Amino acid sequence: MKTRIYLDNAATTRTSQEVVDAMLPYFTECYGNPSSIYELGQRSKEAITKAREEIAQVIGAKTEEIYFTAGGSESDNWAIKAAYEAYKNKGSHIITTKIEHHAVLHTCQYLEKQGARVTYLDVDENGLIDLDQLQKAITPETILITIMFANNEIGTIEPVKEIGMIAKEHGILFHTDAVQAFGQVPIDVDEMNIDMLSSSAHKINGPKGIGCLYIRKGVKIRSFIHGGAQERKRRAGTENVPGIVGYGAAARMAAATMEERTKKEQELRDYFIRRVLEEVPYTRLNGDPKKRLPNNANFSFRFIEGESLLIMLDMKGIAGSSGSACTSGSLDPSHVLLAIGLPHETAHGSLRLTLGADTTKEDLDYTVDQIKEIVSKLRNLSPLYEDFMRKQKKAESL
Amino acid sequence: MYSEKVMDHFQNPRNVGELENPSGVGTVGNAKCGDIMRIYLDIDENQVIRDCKFKTFGCGAAVATSSMATELVKGKTIQEALQVTNKAVMEALDGLPPVKVHCSLLAEEAIHAALWDYAEKNGIQIQGLSKPKSDIHEGEEEEEEEY
Repeated sequence: MKTRIYLDNAATTRTSQEVVDAMLPYFTECYGNPSSIYELGQRSKEAITKAREEIAQVIGAKTEEIYFTAGGSESDNWAIKAAYEAYKNKGSHIITTKIEHHAVLHTCQYLEKQGARVTYLDVDENGLIDLDQLQKAITPETILITIMFANNEIGTIEPVKEIGMIAKEHGILFHTDAVQAFGQVPIDVDEMNIDMLSSSAHKINGPKGIGCLYIRKGVKIRSFIHGGAQERKRRAGTENVPGIVGYGAAARMAAATMEERTKKEQELRDYFIRRVLEEVPYTRLNGDPKKRLPNNANFSFRFIEGESLLIMLDMKGIAGSSGSACTSGSLDPSHVLLAIGLPHETAHGSLRLTLGADTTKEDLDYTVDQIKEIVSKLRNLSPLYEDFMRKQKKAESL
Repeated sequence: MYSEKVMDHFQNPRNVGELENPSGVGTVGNAKCGDIMRIYLDIDENQVIRDCKFKTFGCGAAVATSSMATELVKGKTIQEALQVTNKAVMEALDGLPPVKVHCSLLAEEAIHAALWDYAEKNGIQIQGLSKPKSDIHEGEEEEEEEY
């Protein structure tokens, strides 16, 4: 069935029409190379400068601290690998968490093979790190703390300001993967003592394949791509001008609408969460109930498996995602759900639904009704549910 | 991603349920990998599978292969049922994506486990049947937390 209700905005978003309109002239009219001296090139250059300003404003950065990349994963790779290379003479210890995006986790694992020592901080049952554990993990060898701003699966927002303070006190670089938080929650890199920050356009109704790394002035990290002088010589290659323009437009709109949009999303989210928890038995909400992204809802339905649930929702025109192994191609369910302490079978039965600016109450009411029906259908199929009910019956008759 | 037949058996699974006094029950797989299959067999005195029911916790492919496997063994003799391999189940479903092939192995194992249970209960030996590889231990889910 054709998708009618798109609730996977944490995976990607629809590029907004305004963004597309802003981008289009830069394909066929203003197609000049920004490095060229003639007017056509200079117009492209100006467009990039404008977009850089628009993005810098969202996080309180200086324009020259924004470096365009091909997206969040590239930004994470660059920040972590380049910081390690630049500071490894000082020490080789990196602190991160168990619930990072794979772009951070796998990069850290790669650096471990290169000789880095990495501490993966635990999180509590809501996905929050323990600041004391962070303090204790710091050694004179620690050169980088990389902790995500908000988790992509369960939506938990980490205490970034406190982390920044701790990093600053110890003179340690602080990088945060803010791919999910950018444009969704207020960010101020100075107030939060963030040295590097990753962001991506397609999570905020911008185009895919463009993102940025914020690098605080004075942080010395090596160039990601060597070549021409683009991006202050730190990331060579002719700029993705239409992408950058679209990213700038998306960032500007996300910032302008943030307060109103996220307030509406949060109300709908809480209404949706309440209905699901009240109306579907043996269900739990994953992630912190309060410190969470305004558009994120993540549930575990016991006794059922996530992929089955996703396919059945899809047949009803609803798009979502799951932390089940079967959706990832591996045998293990989501590392995030295991890190918050869920048993494997409960982690397999997770469902993430992420709202967008145009999600309506009617969409969510329909979704709750479908979830109720599908979960009940799948439970009737489930041997785990059969065992559970049998045990319940036995306990009652005793 | 899935063939029409897989989708059909997933949406409208055949032979879902339990049997009151089954001749044999087999449960295989584990929750860690996200697939658990249970097959109930009702076998008559001529060693013909009279009825067959299943319950499955797992992905679309796991449900579809369970459903198809029960269809394939129903009405068959034990020896015929042993010929229902994962390959046969997969072919009957017009194939599975490569990452889902292990699901069809589970269906074969579940049938074998149920037949093994039947053999043990009746103190007989079934030619060509060896002890099933994986089994789920009763009571394991007691570790689960309550919400």
